[in-house]
Amino acid sequence: MRLVYNILASLALLLTLPSIAFANKPTDGGYWLQDAATPVMEELTKLHNFVFWIILGITLFVMVMMGWIMYRFSAKRNPTASKTTHHVGLEVAWTIVPIIILLVMVVPSMRLLYFQDALPETEMTIKVTGNTWNWEYAYPDYPNVESFISNPLEKEDAGDLYLLKTDASLVVPVDTKIKVLITSSNNLHSFAVPAFGIKMDAVPGRINETWFEVNPGKEGTYFGQCSELCGVNHYKMPIEIEVVSKEEFQSWVANDGAFTTAVASYDNVSIVAQD
Amino acid sequence: MAGIGYEDHDDGKPGFFARWFYSTNHKDIGTLYLIFGIISGIIGGYLSFMMRMELSEPGIQIFENGHAYNVFASMHGLIMIFFMVMPAVIGGFGNWFVPIMIGAPDMAFPRMNNLSFWLLPVALICLLISFFVPGSASGNGFGGGWVMYPPLSTSGAPGPAFDFIIIGLLAAGFSSIFGAINFITTILNMRAPGMTMHKMPLFAWSVLVTAFLLLLALPVLAASLFMLFTDRIDGGTGFFDPAMGGDPEMFQHLFWFFGHPEVYIMILPAFGMVSHVVSTFSKKPIFGYLGMAYAMVAIGVVGFVVWAHHMYTVGMDVDLKAYFLAATLVIAVPTGVKIFSWLATMWGGSISFSIPMQWALAFIFLFVLGGVTGVMLANAGVDVALHDTYYVVAHFHYVLSMGAVFGIFCGFYYWFGKMSGYLYNKWLAAAHFWLFFIGVNVIFFPQHFLGLNGMPRRYVDYPQEFELWNQVSSFGAYITLAGVAFFLLMLVEAFIRKRPAGANYWGEGATTLEWTLSSPPPYHQFNTLPRIEQNDEH
Repeated sequence: MRLVYNILASLALLLTLPSIAFANKPTDGGYWLQDAATPVMEELTKLHNFVFWIILGITLFVMVMMGWIMYRFSAKRNPTASKTTHHVGLEVAWTIVPIIILLVMVVPSMRLLYFQDALPETEMTIKVTGNTWNWEYAYPDYPNVESFISNPLEKEDAGDLYLLKTDASLVVPVDTKIKVLITSSNNLHSFAVPAFGIKMDAVPGRINETWFEVNPGKEGTYFGQCSELCGVNHYKMPIEIEVVSKEEFQSWVANDGAFTTAVASYDNVSIVAQD
Repeated sequence: MAGIGYEDHDDGKPGFFARWFYSTNHKDIGTLYLIFGIISGIIGGYLSFMMRMELSEPGIQIFENGHAYNVFASMHGLIMIFFMVMPAVIGGFGNWFVPIMIGAPDMAFPRMNNLSFWLLPVALICLLISFFVPGSASGNGFGGGWVMYPPLSTSGAPGPAFDFIIIGLLAAGFSSIFGAINFITTILNMRAPGMTMHKMPLFAWSVLVTAFLLLLALPVLAASLFMLFTDRIDGGTGFFDPAMGGDPEMFQHLFWFFGHPEVYIMILPAFGMVSHVVSTFSKKPIFGYLGMAYAMVAIGVVGFVVWAHHMYTVGMDVDLKAYFLAATLVIAVPTGVKIFSWLATMWGGSISFSIPMQWALAFIFLFVLGGVTGVMLANAGVDVALHDTYYVVAHFHYVLSMGAVFGIFCGFYYWFGKMSGYLYNKWLAAAHFWLFFIGVNVIFFPQHFLGLNGMPRRYVDYPQEFELWNQVSSFGAYITLAGVAFFLLMLVEAFIRKRPAGANYWGEGATTLEWTLSSPPPYHQFNTLPRIEQNDEH
């Protein structure tokens, strides 16, 4: 039985290789939002792109207007200036039209805000604590999984993933609504994972919460970075999250928070070092 | 005997020391402020240049560690805001031209004006000392960001470095409060006969609104700095310490209650100067004067009720975020009124593209660019992805490094001849403009990409994926540096060549009172107050 499982797991590994290749992290020379892995980030990207077209339109409108005015009313072409200083219709128009544009924008904006922030019925909880300078992860739902510290890897070990890769990643199941409780043991930090569309400050004396649900088929390794100034090593406290299938997660939990060998190689750079 | 000194003043200027160190003359104090602003600008610019050099490739090249970088980043912010932009726009141009524009002989409280200025060098020296005294365990200086959030500014910075910053900022804050009192009193009480509020030039309006913002916002900063100060004392208070029942987020609310009006404090006087320049070089009066004046009032008022949009990720209640989202978007409306009114002022005009007008046109366009990314950031939902990334850095440098600073250069070239009595060299000024314009765009436009791609702010080193746009951005720093060199060259050249400037060297478009005086104006102007005719163009 064990053998069959291992073979299946190895096959699964082969099939998931492409998703490892597309591990979500900043793209080289990228100029847009990172690919969405959660419904929240999908909606966030949609709203961003919607607002982007509006602001691009406004910018181009002003640019073209200015260009035309500079051409048409240069001292060369228009030696005598008019003396117009009022036009009630125009002044009302450029007050009303922006208000209408903002109203068009505020409706989807509010929808996204409440979607992000109104915590749904979550299926499991993880607790994140920011320390100087590493992250500590705990699984209150699974007492057998001990909380562990995730330290950044030095350049020799992390290679191309330096400042993203850690020695122990947070492991979560795919397609599961997960509540994240975030706090800090000393300075402020911020727990941010761009592909999940989450960023929440870790504040001493407070427990903040947010949530995410990784879309089915989006298993893989995701990276984030501390996003609130926290001192000398602020730049060096990355967040690494490994999203696995529900079955793999169950076996990880059953194994007290360690991967069986086959699944362990999921992690294509470092070997499992959860302890 | 007249008894009051200035009654029997001739135009004789006091000796050098008395004139520049005991100065009570608004024009001399304005000049001191401008020189001070240029010096601070060079210091702040040096700090940012070093940061750009560090970031030009992955790895830590220049700085000893992340702390040293954070110190540079924090001080760059504080110095540019409190010691470059504010002294230049309010202390410099405000002192020089508000009294003249409203037809007053001087400021209401000349000696307080002197105090306002001389507090600033003291403050700057305190900030500079903080570089060299212990900050945290990681080194000298304070690296907690210009926002100074606790616990990084309390338990995170036990050394005296941050105490020097508190003292320096308190001094700078009092300087600004005194200045604000002075401007409000001057503008409300010392306008020439016939100069009603609704005839007052827009620059004076902008400084009036700014002065009210200063008066209401800076005491809050002073109070929160003082709370930090007592929190830092062993066995002191615990306002922001959760172990003592405090809350670090309370500081953020206090800070941004000051901090958001602060950004309008920096930009409103630039609005005022740009209005004059656009009107002058279009040879047309300002379009929609009343709308322009009250748009600034509206921006000032709304600016006080949007502060928590800087704090969307601290874990606020969602309804509160919804409110701040809506309130923030409202600011786009009066800002739009200003942009469109400038365009309408130019419409139908007879535009000449002199150097100040080039700065003004660039200001309008770049401010729109920075403004629309502000609309993006106002959406609390999207801000989750962008908060504390380089997108924010790009946004506020577009409105400040290109908004406020372009406004400053716009005013500087507009009034340079008026203030110094000499004309600048057009070619040096044009080289300054174009290098600066291209340089800052090359620095800051790619930072939008970095932010969207997820690069957090205040990082001394970054994953290699961010290298390309960081390299481009650092290249822009060289171009900007060349621009600054031409600015200094322009100054030196103008003072060597001494080409005299006439009273009104811009011609028929320049209609405010400073153009009725000689260049430079007499040491004391308006011994007989000017009378403003009743049927003005407004």
